[in-house]
Amino acid sequence: MYFNVESELLCLSFFILNVQETMKLIILENYAQASEWAAKYIRNRIIQFNPGPDKYFTLGLPTGSTPLGCYKKLIEYYKNGDLSFKYVKTFNMDEYVGLPRDHLESYHSFMWNNFFKHIDISPENTHILDGNAADLQAECDAFEGKIKAAGGIELFVGGIGPDGHIAFNEPGSSLVSRTRVKTLAMDTILANARFFDGDLSKVPTMALTVGVGTVMDAREVMILITGAHKAFALYKAIEEGVNHMWTVSAFQQHPSTVFVCDEDATLELKVKTVKYFKGLMLVHNKLVEPLYSMKETGAERRQSKKPYSD
Amino acid sequence: MPSNKSVSDAPIFQFTNCRILRSHQLQREDLWVREGKILNPEKLFFDEKGSADIHLDCKDSIIAPGFIDVQINGGFGVDFSLAADDVQSGISVVSQKILSHGVTSFCPTLVTSPPSVYHKVLPQISIRNGGPHGAGILGAHLEGPFISKEKKGAHPEHYLSTFESGAFQDLLATYRHLDCVRIVTLAPEMKRSSEVIQELTRRGICVSLGHSVANLSQAEEAVRHGATFITHLFNAMLPFHHRDPGIVGLLTSDQIPARRRVFYGMISDGIHTNPAALRIAHRAHPKGLVLVTDAIAGMGLAPGKHTLGQQVIEVDGLNTYIAGTKTLSGSVATMDSCVRHFLEATGCTVETALEAASLHPAQLLGIEHQKGTLNYDNDADFLLLDNSLQVRATYIAGERVWSQDTFTI
Repeated sequence: MYFNVESELLCLSFFILNVQETMKLIILENYAQASEWAAKYIRNRIIQFNPGPDKYFTLGLPTGSTPLGCYKKLIEYYKNGDLSFKYVKTFNMDEYVGLPRDHLESYHSFMWNNFFKHIDISPENTHILDGNAADLQAECDAFEGKIKAAGGIELFVGGIGPDGHIAFNEPGSSLVSRTRVKTLAMDTILANARFFDGDLSKVPTMALTVGVGTVMDAREVMILITGAHKAFALYKAIEEGVNHMWTVSAFQQHPSTVFVCDEDATLELKVKTVKYFKGLMLVHNKLVEPLYSMKETGAERRQSKKPYSD
Repeated sequence: MPSNKSVSDAPIFQFTNCRILRSHQLQREDLWVREGKILNPEKLFFDEKGSADIHLDCKDSIIAPGFIDVQINGGFGVDFSLAADDVQSGISVVSQKILSHGVTSFCPTLVTSPPSVYHKVLPQISIRNGGPHGAGILGAHLEGPFISKEKKGAHPEHYLSTFESGAFQDLLATYRHLDCVRIVTLAPEMKRSSEVIQELTRRGICVSLGHSVANLSQAEEAVRHGATFITHLFNAMLPFHHRDPGIVGLLTSDQIPARRRVFYGMISDGIHTNPAALRIAHRAHPKGLVLVTDAIAGMGLAPGKHTLGQQVIEVDGLNTYIAGTKTLSGSVATMDSCVRHFLEATGCTVETALEAASLHPAQLLGIEHQKGTLNYDNDADFLLLDNSLQVRATYIAGERVWSQDTFTI
């Protein structure tokens, strides 16, 4: 019998990806391609999960400039009829404290303008921390409760700050922290000033944020990292040790993490690391090819090859 | 998707596939309407956890606030200055027909008339909301009789009047009923005009300067006493002179209260003003320009003879003269054609042209928190237009009150 070595290797890779704990570093050429890959991944994950009225797909979501391209692609998939958010529940990572909810820079406004208003998600299925709650810690505790009630997060999408933080878990945050109030680090305030007319005094100094531990509880984590200014943080996150000064490094201990980057974000990594993961792109691309669509019937979908089992 | 409203059970409409005029720009956004008002969808989403009940595809239309015409003397054979027994039915005819021109609110205008006409007509005019029956009536515009003889234009000289003996009491004796009066045009050089302007302003009536030979100082004095509008700039006033700009000089005057903005009406039908003059005014003071039609009974009808109060007017194409003369009197322009002509003549942006017929008249009358914009909680009076600003459909309080036969959404 003739064995096709390449297809054998691919099958083996599926097996590995499917069964073993992995950290995947996905390197795309530029921001647009990285955004698209991430969106395709989310799309495939939702569709293969086959969500329904008794089985919602719980998605953790970030804000900021990095995920904008990804949100645009997801909106495109919805508009084309390939993806629906009807049975998706979302949990955002964070929200400023004390900023009016209808302020242009609040994370509620961000999510409405950049995502929710363009898709078919039900308002009661979206969850964003309320930075104007009377009792902030109670609000945080309630949020943890809502995640638990929803059955935990299936896929938590996040970004990374220039100081290596995930959500607003600033350097020095406990790696087992839960949702709580945080005072923002100067690095973060400086990075956010551009959204407040460059005026540092207008930037909120406190925020409610999911903890590192909260995100670690998710069944899968996807971190989007693009741009040269994030390169050092990415290096610290995956090539150095687990360290509470670079909180994204905690995900080295998560069973299933995907880092989606562009070339610029890898500038501080060892050439060896980059070459290794670029070599794996052939395998990793199987996660987004074939690209599934909700237009296909259930039968069509079951027949096509799936790298995951339900 | 079913909505989940804790505030109201009324259906929520989402107008999609459109560009809306908001914050002085055409934005690719949806327009949300509930209970006759523009709805804030973000607040609906987060506060009420609500969503739209009915989606309407606007076929890539431009959505603009409904036009507001503050100077219209009649149309379709109706003359508001006629002492009819049933003024309301005439107003209703016009208010219904101008919906197709994109006008959702207007001020029926009466030209210089004998007191008997005012006594008979004014009590029959009532301020009322628009709807399928027609455009809303904001109140009457009384143009005259307290105007200048030299600049009477088409107004009958016999019925011109002054208030030099009794000031406001004279005015009250002439008009008698001021409840539904919204704007009064007068000539500020007349004796005791300051007192009259002050009293009218105090009563919330907008004072407009027009049909006048006032110089700039007299005009500025009038503005300081409360005048805020100029009736059809350039027409029926002294021409601009570089050493005494006259009323036209108000557009750039520094002798008026800092916070006060002077608005000025322009009939941009291509006849009342040379496009170059239109451009000069627009460039000098773009935020004050208010498009008006000054339409007369002959508007909407075939060319021929019609009345304008006590005068007979001859309509020939777009020209409207006092019969047998070359004196312009009113126009047969429609509001949407004025907007299109203004856009073309000035080369301004679509947003500017639309605001000159909606936002600015609303600001003039102090009602911009309610009409003239598509801001949240404003009345849902709006138009669907195509890219050349032809009106496709007219909505008042969120209800479609007119549309082109070939346009359905």
